[in-house]
Amino acid sequence: MATLEIARQSATRGGITGALPLKDTFEVAKLIDVSKCIGCKACQTACLEWNDLRETVGVNVGVYDNPHDLTENSWTLMRYTEWDNPETGRLEWLIRKDGCMHCADPGCLKACPSPGAIVQYTNGIVDFQKDACIGCGYCVKGCPFNIPRISKATEKAYKCTLCVDRVSVGQGPACAKACPTQAISFGTKAQMKDLAQKRIKDLTSRGYKNAGLYDPPGVGGTHVMYVLHHADKPQVYASLPGNDVKISPVVELWKGVTKYAGMGLIAFAAVAGAVHHLIVGANRVTEHDEQEGKKTLDGKIKESA
Amino acid sequence: MLKDVSRRQFLGTAGAGVAGTAIGAFGFDGAGEALAASIRPFKLEGTTETRNTCPYCSVGCGVILYSKGADKAAGKKGQLVHLEGDPDHPTNKGTLCPKGSALLDFVKAETRTKEPMVRKPGSNKWEPISWDAALDRIARLMKDDRDANFIAKNKDGATVNRWISTGFLAASATTNETAWATYKVVRSAGMLVFDNQARV
Amino acid sequence: MTNSWQDIKNTDLVLIMGGNAAEAHPCGFKWVTEAKANRGAKLIVVDPRYTRSASVADYYAPIRQGTDIAFLLGVINYLIKNDKVQWEYTKNYTNAAFIVKEGFGYSDGLFSGYDESKRDYDRSSWDYEYDEQGFAKVDTTLENPRCVWNLLKAHVAQYTPEMVERICGTPKDAFLKVAQMISETSAPDKVMTSMYALGWTQHSKGSQNIRCMAMLQLILGNMGMMGGGMNALRGHSNIQGLTDLGLMSNLIPGYLTLPNERESDIDTYMKTRGFKELRPNQVSFWRNYRKFFVSFQKAMWGDNARADNQWGYDFLPKMDVPSYDVLRAFEMMHQGKMNGYFCQGFNPLMSFPNKNKIKAALGKLKFLVVMDPLKTETARFWENHGEFNQSDPAKVQTEVFELPTTCFAEDEGSLTNSSRWLQWHWAGADAPGQAKTDVWIMSQLYKRLKALYEKEGGAYPDAIKALTWNYKDPNEPSPEELAREFNGYVVADVPDPADPSKMLLTKGKQMVAFAALRDDGTTACGNWIYCGSFTEAGNMMARRDNKDPSGLGVHQNWAFAWPANRRILYNRASADVSGKAWDPKRSPIAWDGTKWSGPDIPDIAPTAKPETVMPFIMTNEGVGRLFVHKLMKDGPFPVHYEPFESPVPNLVASKVRGNPAARVFKGDMEQFGDAKEFPFAATTYRLTEHFHYWSKHNAVNAVMQPELFVEISEQLAELRGIKKGDWVRVDSNRGYIKAKAVVTKRIKPLICDGKPVHVVGIPIHWGFMGATKKGFGANVLSPFVGDANIETPEFKAFLVDIKPTTPPTDAPATS
Repeated sequence: MATLEIARQSATRGGITGALPLKDTFEVAKLIDVSKCIGCKACQTACLEWNDLRETVGVNVGVYDNPHDLTENSWTLMRYTEWDNPETGRLEWLIRKDGCMHCADPGCLKACPSPGAIVQYTNGIVDFQKDACIGCGYCVKGCPFNIPRISKATEKAYKCTLCVDRVSVGQGPACAKACPTQAISFGTKAQMKDLAQKRIKDLTSRGYKNAGLYDPPGVGGTHVMYVLHHADKPQVYASLPGNDVKISPVVELWKGVTKYAGMGLIAFAAVAGAVHHLIVGANRVTEHDEQEGKKTLDGKIKESA
Repeated sequence: MLKDVSRRQFLGTAGAGVAGTAIGAFGFDGAGEALAASIRPFKLEGTTETRNTCPYCSVGCGVILYSKGADKAAGKKGQLVHLEGDPDHPTNKGTLCPKGSALLDFVKAETRTKEPMVRKPGSNKWEPISWDAALDRIARLMKDDRDANFIAKNKDGATVNRWISTGFLAASATTNETAWATYKVVRSAGMLVFDNQARV
Repeated sequence: MTNSWQDIKNTDLVLIMGGNAAEAHPCGFKWVTEAKANRGAKLIVVDPRYTRSASVADYYAPIRQGTDIAFLLGVINYLIKNDKVQWEYTKNYTNAAFIVKEGFGYSDGLFSGYDESKRDYDRSSWDYEYDEQGFAKVDTTLENPRCVWNLLKAHVAQYTPEMVERICGTPKDAFLKVAQMISETSAPDKVMTSMYALGWTQHSKGSQNIRCMAMLQLILGNMGMMGGGMNALRGHSNIQGLTDLGLMSNLIPGYLTLPNERESDIDTYMKTRGFKELRPNQVSFWRNYRKFFVSFQKAMWGDNARADNQWGYDFLPKMDVPSYDVLRAFEMMHQGKMNGYFCQGFNPLMSFPNKNKIKAALGKLKFLVVMDPLKTETARFWENHGEFNQSDPAKVQTEVFELPTTCFAEDEGSLTNSSRWLQWHWAGADAPGQAKTDVWIMSQLYKRLKALYEKEGGAYPDAIKALTWNYKDPNEPSPEELAREFNGYVVADVPDPADPSKMLLTKGKQMVAFAALRDDGTTACGNWIYCGSFTEAGNMMARRDNKDPSGLGVHQNWAFAWPANRRILYNRASADVSGKAWDPKRSPIAWDGTKWSGPDIPDIAPTAKPETVMPFIMTNEGVGRLFVHKLMKDGPFPVHYEPFESPVPNLVASKVRGNPAARVFKGDMEQFGDAKEFPFAATTYRLTEHFHYWSKHNAVNAVMQPELFVEISEQLAELRGIKKGDWVRVDSNRGYIKAKAVVTKRIKPLICDGKPVHVVGIPIHWGFMGATKKGFGANVLSPFVGDANIETPEFKAFLVDIKPTTPPTDAPATS
């Protein structure tokens, strides 16, 4: 069983600032070429099958997007947009595979309060560790792409693992393997960037003068990148955030909080937590918790500001 | 212990990031190795691989069946646990469409047929029936109909040897070998009302 | 397919029309994306809907369903008008120069010889002029006004771009753009591939849709070429195999045909099947018909097929009608003329047109036997499922059996894909419960029927008793035994006439190739085109060498391709008359001075000198047919006919309703609706998330498309007051369905002859069994009429109305 080296992990000393760098030679990426995607959903079914997940059978609400959103079981989803291109006057059916972008600078990891619940390996994969997850939902708020989902049943957060169990034995993710048109490729980040350039050249030759790579710098670049025919307008692809996407300032400020807080107080908090658990068991997340947590956090941010 | 710390303690007392640092101070920063080891073990370890072909459309994609519990000596193939595209296959090169990727749930469908059943005339329910009883009954129905309606000669006296009051629809995903055995049985009985799924 | 899936990577232009490969064959469509990415190939999609294929196309043009012939004849007209013809190919490799005899004619949508009372033609005038030796006369200058080329030119002249727009609703500029892109492949070293499927077959003129494209491909010189061809994308994993093996009413394996009742002996039978050459020095391969037929009879009846009983000729049933296709079968059933029916892995209640008629027909049977790995609707046609399937079981007297069978994962054997590859697979799981293989079930039925006849006697037991069944375990022949039998084997030693001490063929050995089959009873072969698939060297279908030394996607040692392991049919046409490749960079075979060589197996004798034998040896002309003498029921050239239910009149044949040679049963004509009551043009199709009526049983695929919907344009939605996600009711003259509404920009009203035609798109996959939400079958709506030549139902074009409604009601749950 191969293991991966952890670069950093949530809520852990040295974790946020980065104990280890991502390794260039080793950094992996998935490239999703939207111009080759036929929206067949093979990635969705392959994901469910590989990860032993099953989803509830829903209803049709007048669109092809099924399920209607990412869920704790559906870690990837095709999103369909019928777009009248104002420049050509022709209809385009833009289909984007949504899912975790595996940011180099992951907002979820930064936001996560539970030590080790979110890790980033040196190959760039950002992974949730459900044993450490407390289901607080901060990863959801920290994510600029709105990806993680909290299970009501298990009170844990879930998202794409980039098939870390496959990658760690030298295989590509299940979605990339399945993809019939090879719209999803997997390799080192450098290889994927090269491939993207080849695809962009082809698209440019076909009249897509704004074809380009989506690898937004605001999150340090991503380990899931898109080739877009209209890279100047990521928003037309089912509201993909713009190229200037950033981690929420709320989360960025969070780092300051850790610096601000004194060690004595912290030690007390952790011990109290452990004792509390011994008496009453793990708490369910309620709307009240959510509000309280938010207030506390907001307070801290104000303090640190 | 890590997993036992619930959200409220973090948020309600000292604040999330703070607590994180606290945990670190309590000596949890050795968690790295443990976490790496918690990557789900590769689930195809210890499975038996079998080459097969996707039964859906006509691309004929190669698939690999992964099963557990195969026992060659006992002639057991075991249970299918996973299925993926065959990377050696020149056409699909390991890829599969949304149907092919989910074939496991076809093999394991709740609505698979598992025992012979009969629904008697006018009845509103299915009843289980043994294979022997079902096959004997079907053969009897076939023979009675064939004997009553077989046309050995047409009105001009030409030998025609046809049976057209019973028909047979052949499948679209059975093997060529099944098809050949089916052809032999159907034609030797003189059946002409015979078709397959080529058109629909 | 004349070519193969991965050969598509060699193309310059892909035309997807009459199909939706990205949706229905995603892993085959991969080769389109490869051609685009690596060769800079272009993709054109012509379809009533902007499909998943269209989403990655370079150009999409809309077309009204059922008007493909007008479009394609329009393209042929464009090629002729703009001199975009592969002339050397057209002159030498087609019958353009053949002279058609006096008396042939065409006017107002009808060819000479039409008899309205029979809805049929006397086809005798659709023929060539012949010389004294019986050879067809030709005029290589193409000046004779009655040569095929000039008749074709006149025939297509009315299909101008303006006329195409009026009929098809394709804007003139879009049509011209497509025609121009296609015309570029008339260059000898440019190719287009045609990828089509049921979007062309499921029409009352389906065969002519395809023929029209074949004509176009001949004129462009794209047949036999790598990256070219006519690529029929078969719908099911082994429907190619089942058709190859003749599991149809009138077929014998390998596309031989059963005798009809006027052919009382084998010599009469052979008279119409000899296919004598129509040009000097040509090879008509069907000259070998008798060898294939006698070898088939030996495989069926063994020693009971002898010279003195005409090789068991009487054992075969004789036809009295052209075919007992499924439409005829259900018509007979509906009339109470059938008592028993078997469905092996087939769900006709959902799959066939006019579901209410199918349901009523099944209720008139004495017994119905369903063998299936899944619980089908057909086996439950008598169950009451409220609006989804209204029934009163007490009134249904059919005895129904449901026999559980294995599926692909649990059985072994070969499937033939669209590339004509026979690929072997092995079992990797145990059968669930008491499920059995179909071979076991068929063997048991045969064993019991034979035993009953042996015990009781009865109607003509001779053929049942004469059938060969020499298997190690007669209860369940092994896949290898059956495969060896259809490959063929030597029945008796055949000494070499040159040296009698040597053997040409040795008794008991597997046949190596169909060329060695004989008509003297010394060889047996179940299916001549599968000969070579299981030889003394072993099971060729199980080969897994994926090497491709030419890099052209040939993969000669992967599995076995029929015929003779040939990967590209008509590949002789990839070289010019002198044998030089039209494009040396992608050439399957070429003349090397002494023989044909290259990565593929030549579709011609390897030493047949160029400039003698022409490439199309399966025709008795030796060339491709732009004009078909007598073989098509509905005309030697295609004509635009409207669907039987059409929203507009036929602009080129105003008096003709539907295809004039299509068979329509009494009662079905009356069930056709008209545009006053049912104003909208409906079409049915597959979605990529589902496969036919199977994957709705799959819990994962059910999530991907959970519920029946219909697709309409924003304009039609507004017209009928329908919003996205609403329940709508769709009515045809045969019934109604309820579905969710998907309102989409991908469907737009088509302007045909100045008036808007609204399209209603109806996916097929739902029913009242399985893991999805219960749904109506699309075929409640479709009309009971088929293609004139092969009776494929007209699922792709009929009339409906649509309006908002309330959700459907199921039957109350029974405890």
